[in-house]
Amino acid sequence: MITVIDYGVGNIKSVQKAFTKMGIKSIISTESQKIEEATKLVLPGVGNFGDVMQELRKLGFDKILITKIQEETPFLGICVGMQILFETSSEAEGINGLGIFRGRVQKFTQGKIPHIGWNEIIPRKSRVLKKGYVYFANSFYVVPKDDSIISAETDYFVRFPSAIEKDKITAFQFHPEKSGIFGLNILKRWAKC
Amino acid sequence: MLAKRIIPCLDINKERVVKGINFKNLKDIGNPLELARYYSNSGADEISFLDITASYENRKIILEFVKSVANEVFIPLSVGGGIRTIEEIQSILAAGAEKVSIGTSAVQNPQLIAKAANKFGKQAIVLSLDVQRSSSMKNGWEIYINGGRKPTGLDALEFAQKIENLGSGEILLNSIDRDGTKLGYDLELIKLFNENLKIPIIASGGAGTLENIRDAFTIGGADAALVASLFHYKNYKIQEVKKYLRKHKVEVRL
Repeated sequence: MITVIDYGVGNIKSVQKAFTKMGIKSIISTESQKIEEATKLVLPGVGNFGDVMQELRKLGFDKILITKIQEETPFLGICVGMQILFETSSEAEGINGLGIFRGRVQKFTQGKIPHIGWNEIIPRKSRVLKKGYVYFANSFYVVPKDDSIISAETDYFVRFPSAIEKDKITAFQFHPEKSGIFGLNILKRWAKC
Repeated sequence: MLAKRIIPCLDINKERVVKGINFKNLKDIGNPLELARYYSNSGADEISFLDITASYENRKIILEFVKSVANEVFIPLSVGGGIRTIEEIQSILAAGAEKVSIGTSAVQNPQLIAKAANKFGKQAIVLSLDVQRSSSMKNGWEIYINGGRKPTGLDALEFAQKIENLGSGEILLNSIDRDGTKLGYDLELIKLFNENLKIPIIASGGAGTLENIRDAFTIGGADAALVASLFHYKNYKIQEVKKYLRKHKVEVRL
């Protein structure tokens, strides 16, 4: 079962609604046991990197997530749910991310901030993405040490990684659940692969 | 690059979409759910609901609409009008809205913006200012509250800069002078704000022609354009507007 992790930050329901719309069953859970039993995991996230990490640690979800990812349970991180896979963020100095990937999260230096609205994803090689417009709402973006994990990029004064795919880990900086039919199909392909 | 957004705006009054001129003389436009569905299918980048009475009853009705719309339309929805508390924001976001726009309360209680941005993220908080030209203001525009009825004596730009620092993620800039007139957006207003703020600007009030919408982007520098009358009265379809914009080298999502 696809399990959407609810840790009290952000609107979790919209992700589940998007799966439901595509005929895919999912549950929302706040319980460690349910998350441990999940066969696929989704971590949505909005707001501040530091707040998200602190909530995850408080609930003990950080360790569960690391274990599940190491066990190769398919994982999807969305927005801040992507960023916390990395080591650090300039949004919250002194608070470590999960450190699944080496690299940091940094702020845009040019253009209007936040980067809000529809922008194009340009896939490199991806199991789930096609070229097209998706909805973003971010001031920060990831800078991986290992360039090969980037599965799509987007231009906003700089070219930044808008998606990552590595083994069973998938992560999007954008919001597929807010990106119309195009976004719903991305979620469907992820759920099926 | 980031596409410029076209946002249809639904002013809601007692289960109906309405539209006025200069914030007065309301006319009935149609059913909110049907209109939201129609606009979403025809290429809207976002849909904005505005609670024009901000009464307890009307808010309940809007939340029900947002819930229904959010179950079938997967694009960002925003809700504004009379929002005063963190609890109200919470209930609107929980209903499936991506963002709330806050006007009067931001003026009366700027800390609400800071608290809300801190709790829900900047991207969820839009500062909505109703402004009118005024030669007695330092930068030329005065903020009005309570649905455009009450002058505040506040310089619009100075106030917006203050709220930007407190954490709003976007600003919805409504020109009372141009609202519903179809005379075009107030380009000087948009330009002034665009040059002095870092957050995205949603231009509102006055769209009457395709050229008006283009100018909001190419001359004013807006990031998004709110459109009501022009779509409600079926002068243009959203796709026609976007095709026109693309022809004029404005990046849009088609």
